[in-house]
Amino acid sequence: MDQSQRQDYWRRNLRLMASLLAVWALVSFGAGILFVEQLNKVSFMGFPLGFWFAQQGSIIVFVILIAIYVWRMDKLDAEFGIDEYEQEVHHS
Amino acid sequence: MSTIQLWTLIFTILTFGLYIYIAYASRVSNTAEFYVAGGGIPAPANGAAIAADWMSAASFISLAGIVGLAYNGYGGSVFLMGWTGGYVLLALLLAPYLRKFGKYTLPDFVGDRYNETARLIAVLAAIVVSFVYVAGQMAGVGLVFTRFLKVDTTWGVVIGMAIVFFYAVLGGMKGITWTQVAQYSVLIVAYLIPAVAVSQKVTGVPLPQIGFGNILDELNGLQTDLGLGATYTEAFGQITMTNMILITAALMFGTAGLPHVIVRFYTAKSVRAARYSALWALFFIALLYTTAPSVAAFTKLEIMDNLSDFTVASAPEWFTTWSDVGLITQAGEAAAPIADLPPDQALTYTDVAINNDIIVLASPEIGGLPAPIVGLVAAGGLAAALSTASGLLLVISSAVANDVYYKKINPQASEKQQLMVGRIAMAAAIVVAGYLGINPPGFVAQVVALAFGLAAASFFPILVLGIFWKKCTAAGAAAGMITGLVVTMAYIYWTIPIWGGSEGLWGIPATGFGTIGMLINFAVTIIVSQFTTKPSEQMQELVEEIRFPGRSELVTRHAAGEDLH
Repeated sequence: MDQSQRQDYWRRNLRLMASLLAVWALVSFGAGILFVEQLNKVSFMGFPLGFWFAQQGSIIVFVILIAIYVWRMDKLDAEFGIDEYEQEVHHS
Repeated sequence: MSTIQLWTLIFTILTFGLYIYIAYASRVSNTAEFYVAGGGIPAPANGAAIAADWMSAASFISLAGIVGLAYNGYGGSVFLMGWTGGYVLLALLLAPYLRKFGKYTLPDFVGDRYNETARLIAVLAAIVVSFVYVAGQMAGVGLVFTRFLKVDTTWGVVIGMAIVFFYAVLGGMKGITWTQVAQYSVLIVAYLIPAVAVSQKVTGVPLPQIGFGNILDELNGLQTDLGLGATYTEAFGQITMTNMILITAALMFGTAGLPHVIVRFYTAKSVRAARYSALWALFFIALLYTTAPSVAAFTKLEIMDNLSDFTVASAPEWFTTWSDVGLITQAGEAAAPIADLPPDQALTYTDVAINNDIIVLASPEIGGLPAPIVGLVAAGGLAAALSTASGLLLVISSAVANDVYYKKINPQASEKQQLMVGRIAMAAAIVVAGYLGINPPGFVAQVVALAFGLAAASFFPILVLGIFWKKCTAAGAAAGMITGLVVTMAYIYWTIPIWGGSEGLWGIPATGFGTIGMLINFAVTIIVSQFTTKPSEQMQELVEEIRFPGRSELVTRHAAGEDLH
């Protein structure tokens, strides 16, 4: 990778991170805490929706967020021709 | 011996035999294998090991009860979101970059990225946090032995120590990792079987996460009928909105700063494997963490139903079993034993105090499951406690052997000498942990929850800034770590009931103050970094280098031991 490619790679990585972290905050601090009372007026599979986000939904979304991250990073790595994973150095 | 005891014994012996076999099969001969399993663990296995490492005796035995009983439903969400949300931060902000950096320990990263002062502060913080935590695990092992096998606590802890000693000293990280994979399998099976059975019995739906929704109206109604105040799903009945946010954040950022979790990403094969490890880990953790609140609700409903109007003599069998060992008592300050009451004494749910652990320990009996399942739950509790204990012990032993002995005392030490010191440090740590487990200092239970606040306030900011901000300086990091740590410890000391007992500021509990400590750490690190010597050109280049996966010359030289400061 030359300098401009590196900048491009890093910028796209940061953009992906920022959008995933926004969703992370939205489901936990947003739906689970700040807006829980408004959401609780809505019923979802028997749950008040805000309560569901706080005890189930946020955790499920967290797993999906990391899944999207590894998938998109794999694609990004492939696009920039990074495939030397197994030779990474270790230690001491 | 009762049938339950017999089955507990059978499962304990079977699982312990399995751990010993794995330990023997994965004994190690060099430091890379001892500290990070040679960096060659495939992602799903590493994820299972992280999950077992992460989920302690407290997660397995107490979490459901804490959510359902102590925090009355919604309030318990701080633990559910806090202890899972941190993995998103780990996966996105730390894991891939720390793996690319390629070292053995958390203090190693701090020492190499910043300087030796920062390394020593990190060693100290890592050892304190880990010992506080591990004492609780050893006490957990003793507890399971006492409750299920009526073995004396001391002997319970000694047996636990002997097992951990065997696979941790022999196999180091490699032995620990493969044993943890087995321990995860045991604990998740032991957790899910009773959960599915109770869900089927109470709601008619076998999937706990779905059945959960079907009983909430009934549960809320029952709580209102009994005059318990807030309903189960009502928001902010116990904790204010501000404190919900502060505690959740402290647990999330603390998770992302705990040394025994971070070190697991060094054991991954590559940067890509480190990302996948985080995914697998959270998936495995989520299986238990979405089930726990469901179990909490079913069991609480079943308990309230069972105990609506009864007498001591007509109480269900599980009630008698667990009041005999003192986990169910009369309500009130004195917590007098149930046995003191006359057999025809009429009781309701609000007349008795039920320990949080009952929800999990008694759920097989409440769900009407046969004795073998109860034995399996005991083996699951032991697996959870032992796996967390061994991960923490490795952090302590590697901090002493790698960061203090090799890096500070004897840099010429041969591979063999380092390994020997690592094993001795491990053995010593096990003995100290065992002692603390048998004679727990009164404050352990309270301090374990605070370990997260301390980790958030000391490690998280300087790790993130160290990776994402090339110009973050050594002086800035050292100042930030110390300020965050000291301020948080002072606040804890000031507010914790057994010491200061003060109200604190604006009603912020000690468990939530870690978030404030973390913000202070960020501020101090950034401000001090503006006025102190910038990192060398080479160091800045190295920090840039770890942003990109794949082979790079600078990282290779650094890993070979070249000083880039």
